[in-house]
Amino acid sequence: MAVRQQTAAARVQPPITERVTVLAWLKHNLFSTWYNSLLTILVGYLLYLVLVPFFRWAVLDATIAGDSKAACSFGGACWTLVKVRLGQYVYGLYPEDQRWRVNLALVIAALAMVPLFLERFRHRLTYAVGLVVIYPIVGYALFYGGWMGLPVVETSRWGGLFLTLVIAGVGITASLPLGILLALGRRSEMPVIRSLCVAFIELVRGVPLVTILFMASVMLPLFLPAGVNFDKLMRALVGVALFSAAYMAEVIRGGLQAIPKGQYEAAMALGLGYWQMTGLVILPQALRMVIPGIVNTFIGLFKDTSLVTIIGLFDLLGMAKLIVTDPQWLGLAAESYIFAAFGFWIFCFAMSRYSQHVERRLSAGERR
Amino acid sequence: MTGGSAEPIIIMRDVHKWFGEFHVLKGINLEVGKSQKVVVCGPSGSGKSTMIRCINRLEEHQRGEIVVDGIELTSDVKNVEAIRREVGMVFQSFNLFPHLTVIENLILAPMWVRRVPRKEAEELAMSLLERVKIPEQAHKYPGQLSGGQQQRVAIARALCMKPKIMLFDEPTSALDPEMVKEVLDVMIELANEGMTMVVVTHEMGFAKSVADFVVFMDEGEIVEVAPPSVFFTNPKSDRTKLFLSQILQH
Ligand SMILES: Nc1ncnc2c1ncn2[C@@H]1O[C@H](COP(=O)(O)OP(=O)(O)OP(=O)(O)O)[C@@H](O)[C@H]1O
Ligand SMILES: [Mg+2]
Repeated sequence: MAVRQQTAAARVQPPITERVTVLAWLKHNLFSTWYNSLLTILVGYLLYLVLVPFFRWAVLDATIAGDSKAACSFGGACWTLVKVRLGQYVYGLYPEDQRWRVNLALVIAALAMVPLFLERFRHRLTYAVGLVVIYPIVGYALFYGGWMGLPVVETSRWGGLFLTLVIAGVGITASLPLGILLALGRRSEMPVIRSLCVAFIELVRGVPLVTILFMASVMLPLFLPAGVNFDKLMRALVGVALFSAAYMAEVIRGGLQAIPKGQYEAAMALGLGYWQMTGLVILPQALRMVIPGIVNTFIGLFKDTSLVTIIGLFDLLGMAKLIVTDPQWLGLAAESYIFAAFGFWIFCFAMSRYSQHVERRLSAGERR
Repeated sequence: MTGGSAEPIIIMRDVHKWFGEFHVLKGINLEVGKSQKVVVCGPSGSGKSTMIRCINRLEEHQRGEIVVDGIELTSDVKNVEAIRREVGMVFQSFNLFPHLTVIENLILAPMWVRRVPRKEAEELAMSLLERVKIPEQAHKYPGQLSGGQQQRVAIARALCMKPKIMLFDEPTSALDPEMVKEVLDVMIELANEGMTMVVVTHEMGFAKSVADFVVFMDEGEIVEVAPPSVFFTNPKSDRTKLFLSQILQH
């Protein structure tokens, strides 16, 4: 197992001495041989060619003061745009005086997630399941409103980073359980269930997300009886969730296949039923093995949410595009897109780091 | 075919099994009484594992009848689960759950299958770990134990379900020689306490000292059943003689 090899390797490596000087480090890593030195210099020069102008543009010559394009006259980046329109990047067209509702929901989410990080809390899994069921209802009630005097905010006005997080959050929380069920179904001994799961996975994986979103937004209404009107966002959510569930299923199936037959036999011999065996013995091991693959799918999904712009929803990227079409801010596309990219990067990087942390924690406890 | 007068707890009548075209079990007849110890031996591929795995339905037989503790094994899931609760099994490759600590391995089935409260399950688990002489390993993961220790944990895990019957499929063949004894000692103790045991093994010393009768299998058939005193000194069939001469050589 890769995990075992890693920990074994970690144990035989010599302890890192702390007295290594900067010079020694440089010599050892960058200038150890003549061709290494040459490469170092070459790469350094290329970085200089690219980074210095960028740094000059993005920082030295940049403007952030003022509140209109007129303030930007140094030839560098005009971050004034981002500063002035920050609210729209984050909340889209959500009414300004109602934005507190989004913030409140975020705070609730952050607080509700605290127990998940407490190692001592025994019922984390049950709690997480409860959270996944209850939180979307709370969130929707807050975002949409229409009760206790909260004005209704139509989903068409949701946007920006907020919308990105809603879509990614729903996609992630729905795709994991769906993916698990699909993966189990694909390995089921019941032919009907197995073929259904295979058909679903292969069909969905075989088409681009854009097609699924298009079908969900354009074709679905054709099949529904007149008068039944599914919300556009709702349709996008369903599309994204099903799409990522199909990918997730294949990642998880990889983990399931790596579990030795003896584990199933031991569980059965102890009298565990199918769901007990799956939930207590097989899945905990299988999921652990494929954490990198799962997180990879999450990150892919997070970025894929930007495709919803093509069906007229304005996520973070959509807002970045919309904002620069404003005649007041024409010509500032670079700033706008760089800022959006930065927003995506922060979240994806955080997910990646968190998964590394989880992996390390799990492999520290158990050694095969 | 039986080796004693005790009330039978495992009955196999004319059991047949095929893997596809391949006829693995060709009419097995065997009765094991309460508290009896049976050692099964025979050449590789003779169907020993398949036979004892049929007793708790890890393999399905296609013809004949198997009755365990008064319950007939059919495809009825209820019966299968009822029998598995009463039958413990120990595997050649231990098959401990690597993501759980030793104690968690032990309490899993009692808590989820028998619905024993955690505290009670933990107490039982600790007492069993003491019986297999490794209480100090309770909070380690299986991967941190030696093979002999792992196999003793596996025995304790099966005992946690308070089974009436214990099946062993070559419990010592994956172990280094110096660890074989610690596992056999635990098994001998268990035998002395009156557990019904079916043991596939080539440890002839174990067979001589604890078995009520030895079953010799070859090519999917039971060739000979005899108490160890007769089996080792005066086997009837030529196949048994050949097998014994091969196995006693080393
Ligand atoms: N799942 C299976 N599918 C097909 N053939 C199998 C399967 N399991 C076992 N066999 C075959 O059935 C025969 C009996 O196998 P079994 O494992 O019962 O033998 P054994 O007596 O336990 O041998 P060993 O001493 O090597 O463990 C062997 O020839 C084996 O190849
Ligand atoms: Mg075998």
